[in-house]
Amino acid sequence: MFDDFLIRAALAGIGVALAAGPLGSFVVWRRMAYFGDATSHAAILGVALALALDLPVGLGTLAVALAMAVTVATLAARGWAMDTTLGVLAHAALAVGLVAVSFVPGARGDLSTWLFGDILAVSKADLAFIWGGAALVLGLILWRWSALLTATLNEDLAAASGLNPDRERLILTLALALTVAVALKVVGALLIAAMLIIPAATARGLARSPETMAVLAALVGAAAVLGGLGLSLGADTPAGPSIVAVAALAFALSVSLGALRRGG
Amino acid sequence: MTAALIEARHICVQLGTQEVLHDISLQVAPGEIVTILGPNGSGKSTLLRALLGIVPITRGKVMRRAGLRLGYMPQKLHIDRTMPLTARRFLSLPLRHDRADTDAMLARVGVPEVAERPMTGLSGGQLQRVLLARALLTRPDLLVLDEPTQGLDQPGEAAFYQLIDEVRRDSGAAVLMVSHDLHVVMSASDRVICLNGHICCEGTPRVVSSAPEYRALFGLGTKGALALYQHDHDHDHTHDHGHSHGHDHPHHDHEQDHV
Repeated sequence: MFDDFLIRAALAGIGVALAAGPLGSFVVWRRMAYFGDATSHAAILGVALALALDLPVGLGTLAVALAMAVTVATLAARGWAMDTTLGVLAHAALAVGLVAVSFVPGARGDLSTWLFGDILAVSKADLAFIWGGAALVLGLILWRWSALLTATLNEDLAAASGLNPDRERLILTLALALTVAVALKVVGALLIAAMLIIPAATARGLARSPETMAVLAALVGAAAVLGGLGLSLGADTPAGPSIVAVAALAFALSVSLGALRRGG
Repeated sequence: MTAALIEARHICVQLGTQEVLHDISLQVAPGEIVTILGPNGSGKSTLLRALLGIVPITRGKVMRRAGLRLGYMPQKLHIDRTMPLTARRFLSLPLRHDRADTDAMLARVGVPEVAERPMTGLSGGQLQRVLLARALLTRPDLLVLDEPTQGLDQPGEAAFYQLIDEVRRDSGAAVLMVSHDLHVVMSASDRVICLNGHICCEGTPRVVSSAPEYRALFGLGTKGALALYQHDHDHDHTHDHGHSHGHDHPHHDHEQDHV
């Protein structure tokens, strides 16, 4: 069944969505949306480095995304003005990455692959990488769930309960870098943050506990993948942006539903 | 002599380049109520946070009795509206408590109706009570309360201190709290520590209130202000804290348990 490119695409997208939903919930709760942007934009630089050094692209993106995530987390801890810092870092990473890619022979042509993903060209090896990475992210989040939630709620409460908020933050940072590396092929560097934030924001309106929000976010993401692929096939639209567009539609529906419910 | 629950020996705390706390030594014995008093910026919250290990100490050391269980109530808790969280779920972070325990504890602190409500929809008074419930659920030997009545109006404040006193007597926990409310402090504490970066003076409320350092710190140097305050104090005993005569006796009994 993995021989059908469409099935591979669907499985790849669902794999990303299952990891991005719960992780994206933390991104939303911690107001880290821009942080996700900076990290995913850095992936382009990782692609350039990997191609130049003849390394696997997944490894390059993972390393650079991790470096960016750790840099941002360190600057935040030192009290830098995050709004400005992230604005600078996110766009600088993207620009420098694009410049670097232009130096790599042959990479220029498929630039849009890295920016918007190429889910329809996912190979079996890609699929293994995506599901392996997604499983790792989900495993990390499940393992630390209660601690992550407490530290997200209030770092003092977490510390007084004997937890280490710095360690929990590091785990989220690591999970974010992994997700970026995994999602690059599926939605591309520009739209990875959208897969983190939109499904989680959609789930927020429907959930009454952190657990249901995380699960719903994963389901909304998976549904958006299937819907987006359908749209892409039927209307010949680019697959990555179609997935995000369907997710955005789900968000709009969820918000209207919430408003209606409150109004009624 | 009773072993202290928690003891600080000559601790210093630096935030950035500034030394916020200098050479603080204190201890809290089982069952006692110790209040830390001081003007804004005197390092009261930082001292609690240093004792709990939330902020690192630069010198000295903090010792806890082995197996000490702590219940901590932070000064404020901001919950992002994006997180759906009921009061019941909040009480089970990070350790799960079963439904019967959380229900019983919410009832104990007087807000049984909020269990299924989102934390972001609670009033200031309800939130403080839920925070106290969470601190109590660990069955603490020591309750650490950072300005527990912040944001409450005066009747709310009096009721909350009464609640703290009740749960303390039920549970036998010692209380270490930060407060700025002078007359409540004076009526409800066994010991007061007057803080302004360092310990200015400490002792029983009566001793501290007549210490010149204390008067200088709180501008109570004039006889008029002091008289007014004394009056408030008496007033408190007879009305708001109608139970406070009973309060002293069980407390002494309790101390004997630990000797």
